Amino acid sequence: MASAFEYAPAPESRSVVDIAPSYGLFIDGEFTEAAGGKVFKTVSPSTEEVLSEIAQADAEDVDRAVRAARKAFEKWSALPGSERAKYLFRIARIIQERSRELAVLETLDNGKPIKETRDADLPLVAAHFFYYAGWADKLDHAGFGRNPRPLGVAGQVIPWNFPLLMLAWKIAPALATGNTVVLKPAETTPLSALFFADICRQAGLPKGVVNIVTGDGRTGAALVAHPDIDKVAFTGSTAVGKEIARTVAGTRKKLTLELGGKGANIVFDDAPIDQAVEGIVNGIFFNQGQVCCAGSRLLVQESIHDELLESLKRRLSTLRLGDPLDKNTDIGAINSAEQLARITTLADQGEAEGAERWSPACELPTSGYWFAPTLFTNVTQAHTVARDEIFGPVLSVLTFRTPDEAVAKANNTPYGLSAGIWTEKGSRILAVANKLRAGVVWSNTFNKFDPTSPFGGYKESGFGREGGRHGLEAYLAPSSPEGER
Amino acid sequence: MYSRYARRYARLVTMPTNAPSPTAERVGGTPSAHALADVTTSDSTLRRFLHGLPGVDAVGLEARAASLGTRSIKTTAKAYAIDLAISMVDLTTLEGADTPGKVRALGAKAVHPDPTDRTTPSTAAVCVYPDMVATAKAAVAGSGVKVASVATAFPAGRAALDVKLADVREAVAAGADEVDMVIDRGAFLAGKYLKVYDEIVAVREVCGTSARLKVIFETGELSTYDNIRRASWLGMLAGADFIKTSTGKVAVNATPANTLLMLEAVRDFRTQTGVQVGVKPAGGIRTSKDAIKFLVLVNETVGEDWLDNHWFRFGASSLLNDLLMQRQKLATGRYSGPDYVTVD
Amino acid sequence: MSAVDRLSVFKTYKLYVGGKFPRSESGRVYEVTDAKGKWLANAPLSSRKDARDAVVAARKAFGGWSGATAYNRGQILYRVAEMLEGRKAQFVHEVADAEGLSKSKAAEQVGATIDRWVWYAGWTDKIAQVVGGGNPVAGPYFNLSSPEPTGVVAVVAPQESSFLGLVSVVAPVIATGNTAIVIASERSPLPALSLGEVLATSDVPGGVVNVLSGRTAEIAAPLAAHQDVNAIDLAGADEALAKELEIAAADNLKRVLRPQPVDDWSATPGIDRMTAFLETKTVWHPTGSLGASGSSY
Repeated sequence: MASAFEYAPAPESRSVVDIAPSYGLFIDGEFTEAAGGKVFKTVSPSTEEVLSEIAQADAEDVDRAVRAARKAFEKWSALPGSERAKYLFRIARIIQERSRELAVLETLDNGKPIKETRDADLPLVAAHFFYYAGWADKLDHAGFGRNPRPLGVAGQVIPWNFPLLMLAWKIAPALATGNTVVLKPAETTPLSALFFADICRQAGLPKGVVNIVTGDGRTGAALVAHPDIDKVAFTGSTAVGKEIARTVAGTRKKLTLELGGKGANIVFDDAPIDQAVEGIVNGIFFNQGQVCCAGSRLLVQESIHDELLESLKRRLSTLRLGDPLDKNTDIGAINSAEQLARITTLADQGEAEGAERWSPACELPTSGYWFAPTLFTNVTQAHTVARDEIFGPVLSVLTFRTPDEAVAKANNTPYGLSAGIWTEKGSRILAVANKLRAGVVWSNTFNKFDPTSPFGGYKESGFGREGGRHGLEAYLAPSSPEGER
Repeated sequence: MYSRYARRYARLVTMPTNAPSPTAERVGGTPSAHALADVTTSDSTLRRFLHGLPGVDAVGLEARAASLGTRSIKTTAKAYAIDLAISMVDLTTLEGADTPGKVRALGAKAVHPDPTDRTTPSTAAVCVYPDMVATAKAAVAGSGVKVASVATAFPAGRAALDVKLADVREAVAAGADEVDMVIDRGAFLAGKYLKVYDEIVAVREVCGTSARLKVIFETGELSTYDNIRRASWLGMLAGADFIKTSTGKVAVNATPANTLLMLEAVRDFRTQTGVQVGVKPAGGIRTSKDAIKFLVLVNETVGEDWLDNHWFRFGASSLLNDLLMQRQKLATGRYSGPDYVTVD
Repeated sequence: MSAVDRLSVFKTYKLYVGGKFPRSESGRVYEVTDAKGKWLANAPLSSRKDARDAVVAARKAFGGWSGATAYNRGQILYRVAEMLEGRKAQFVHEVADAEGLSKSKAAEQVGATIDRWVWYAGWTDKIAQVVGGGNPVAGPYFNLSSPEPTGVVAVVAPQESSFLGLVSVVAPVIATGNTAIVIASERSPLPALSLGEVLATSDVPGGVVNVLSGRTAEIAAPLAAHQDVNAIDLAGADEALAKELEIAAADNLKRVLRPQPVDDWSATPGIDRMTAFLETKTVWHPTGSLGASGSSY
C-alpha cells in the first residue's frame, strides 16, 4: 500500500538469541552425537541462511532415547503429583522469562512473523505448561477414575507450523500425568525443541523424562515403530497419520492424531461484516495459512458475495509481507522450499481448473520462500483448491444460498477439524454449530486457542483431544471397568 | 458492504466513478444530494435503515483496534507521524474558568507550538466556547489556524432547539470556522432518530457555507458499538462534515475501538455516496504513543485520503506537549522534559 | 386338549437391517448348534453386500437418532428393557442353549442384560454433563465442549457372551446417538437375532441397530474398510483379526476400540465404552469485551 505514512523498518533484535553452530540429540539429560554421525542443516526460510547443523537420529538413537525414557519413567511416575506439578510450573515460568529469545528463535527457524511468535505462540506455550502443571496433583478429580495411571513412555512427533506450541501441547499433559517422553520435532524447525531441552536443564527436570530426537521422517517412523513405547501422539498430515495408525495396529500403543483440515468459514448475510473480514483474514493468513484448522474455504451467502469480496480485497491490500523479524510484518515466509512448491502446484492447479485467482499487489523478497496472499473465486466443490488441504495463504471462495446448503457444503469433506460461523442471529449460530461435523467451531471469531479448550478433529482430521481436561485422557490408562468410579 | 441497504432504500442510485478529491467536499450543501437521501423521509424509514446496518461484534472490533495498536512506528515514520499529529490537534480549552488571557495564550501556542523550533507545524485549530470565539480569532489571525467552537448547549445538549441554534449563530457570527455540536443523546437513546437528524440539519443550515460542522455523539453515553455505528450514519446523512466521538466531559471518551468503528463508517459512507466525512476522536488521548496508534488506525482503515488535518483531528489539550517533547527527542536524541515545552 | 405333545413351530431367524428382517442377500445360511452340538437353527450367513446394505441403513438412521433429544433416546432404550422383560423366558432359553448354561445361570445373564439396558437408558441425558462443559478460556469468549456421537459404528460383538456381552457393547454405542452395525457372535448368533425383534417393537427407529450373523471375519473386513463407517469396536475379534481390522480401519481413520479382556460382563461398566465413540465439539463465541475501553457491547 503506497501511502504517505510509510512505516520505517522496525526489526526485532536477533542478538537476544544465541544459536550454536551445531546441536546434538538430547537423550537422558545430555546432548549427544547421533550414532551414525549424520547431520542436516536447518535454514531460515526468509533468507535461506543456514542457522545450525542438527544431528540426524537413526533407529539406534531412538532406541537409546526410549530406553532413557523407560528408565526415567519408574521414578517420574512414582513422584507425588504435587512434585511433578512444581517442575512444570518451573518450566512455565522459565518460558515466560525467556519468551523474547524463544520468539525470535522461532521466527528465525520457522519464518513466521515476530508479531505472531511474540503475541500468540509464546504466551500460549507458557500458558499450556502452567495449565497442565496444575493438573498433575488433581488427576483423581479429572473424571478418569480414582488414581488414574500413566501409560509409560510417549513417542511424540510434531510439525513445523507451531514448533514450540505443538511441543507444549504434547509434553505438558504427558508429564503432568506421569509419563516420560521422546519427542521428535520437525526436520525444518528443530531449534526451539533443542532450546526447550536447555529449559528442562534449568528447571532441574530429572534426566530422561524429556528426550529430544531430531531428524526427518525416518526418525519419526523409527520412534512410532519402537516396541517399547506405550503411546504415540502425532500432529501432522493425514497421510502420515494413516500410516502411523497402521503401524500401531495390533499393539498396546495408545494413539492420538491431530491431522489436516479444510475448514469452512461460513458468512451469512447478517454477519458483523467488518469483524467477519478480519476473521476471514485471520482464518487463512495467520501463520501464512500453514495451520491445520485454517479457514481455507470461505462459504459466503451469495447475496453478499460481491460486497464481501470487495471488502476482503481492500483489506488484503493492507497486509504487510516481508521480513518476519520486522514487528510490522503480517505475512512471513513459507516454511520450506518443499512446502512452497506444494502451495505453488496446488494454486496453479486451481487456476488451470478454471477458478479465478487474485492477489494484492505485493512485492516478494528475492531470497527465501514466499507466497503472496491469494484468493480464488468462482470455486466449486469439485475444484482441487476446495478439497485438498493447501496449507498455505490461499483462500477458496464458494457461495451458498441457504443455511442447509452452507452446512452441506461445509461438511462435504473427509476432514472435520474446524469451522467458522458469522451471523448476528444467535439461534442460527447454535443450529449451524450443532450440524457442523468439526471439532472446533468458532462463531463470530476464528483461530482462537486456549489451554483449557479441547482441540481436535472429527473424521480424517484425527482423533483424541489436546487441551483442557479432555487432553489428559490421551496420556492415562483406560480406567478399570470395575470399582474405580 | 452497505449497498444492499442502499439498494433497498435508494432509487436511481448513481455511484460516482471516482472517489472525490479531498477538496471536493461539500460545505453547506444540501444533505439530500447523495445516494441515500430517501432513507430520511420518515422516522420509520430512517429507523429501518439504521437498524439494518450490519452489527458490530465488540470483541472483534476491539481486537482489531488492539492489533493495529501493536504497530511499531520508528524513526522517519515516527517523525512524520508526530508532525502530522501536531497538525491535526484541535487545541482545546473548555472550562468554566476560561478567560480571554487563557484563550490568547492557547491561540499563540496553536500557531507556534514550539517557540524553540519554528519548523514545528501549527495545530489545526483552537477549540473554545462560543463567547471566546472572537478572542480566539484575533489570537490566531493570519496564521491558518482555524477557530472551532462547541455549541448547542455543550456538553449536555439539554436545551430547546432555539437556544441551541442561537448558540450556533453566536459562534458563527463571531467568526468560527468550525462548529462542534452535540447530538441529543436522550432523543437518540429513546429511538427518536428523526428528531436527532432534524436538529443536525437545522444546525447545518445555521452554519451555512462559512463553518464546517462536527457532530459529537458522546459515544460513552451511547454505550453500544451498534449505537455508535448508527449515530455515525445518522450524522453523515444529516450533513456532518466531521463525526466526533465525545465532549471530553464524560468518563469514556475516544478509544481506538470507537474511532476505528467511525473510520469504517466514513469509509463506507464515501463508497456509498461519494461524500467524504472527517473523523475527530476527542478526550483521553494524552500521549504521542496514543496519537500514533490513532494515525495507524486511519492509515490502515481509510488510507491516506484521510491523513490530513482537513479530514482527521484530535480533540485534545495535554497531547500537544507530549508530541512536542517527542519531537524534540527525535531532533536532539535526548529525552525532553516538561520545562522545555510551554505550559499554557 | 389331547395329552399328545404338539409339534412346535420353528422360528426362522433373519437379519435385522434398516428396521426390516431380510434373509441374507446371498441366500446362504449356516447351522447353529448348542454347546453340545445339537442343531438349534439355521442362521443367515451374511455377505459383504449385507454389510454394505447395513451401512446404508445405519447412515440413513444417524441424522434422526443423533438429532433426537437425549431424553427421547432414554425413553426408547428404557422401552427396550420393558420389552425384554416380557420376553425373558425366550431369551433365557436361547442363552442357556447358546452358552451351555443352566436355566438359573441363564436367567441371571438375561436379568443382568435387561438391567444393562436400564443403566444405559439413564445415561443418555447425563453423559454430556459428565464429559462436556464450559472451559474458562483466558479471553472474552464463551467456550463450551459437548460430546457428539461419532456416527456409524461397526460392532464386533463378543463371541462368548452371546447376550449380556452383546448388549454391553451395543447399548453404549446407541445410547449416545450413534447407529450400529452389529456382527453377532459367530457361534451363538440367535440371541442377537432375537434382540432385533425386540428392538423392532421398542420404538427404536429402523437402522439404528442392524444385526448381521455369519462369519465374523468375512463381515468385519468390508466394514472395517468401509469409508462411510466412522468407528469400529473389536470386542469379539481375536488378536490376528483385530490387527487386520485395525489396519483396514486406518484408511479413513476410524475410531478403533481394541478388544480388551473381560472376565465378567456383569460388572458395572465404566463410561469408556460410551466415550470411545464420542467426539468432542468445542464452540467458541465472543461474550462481549472485558469492558476496559468503554463501550463493551
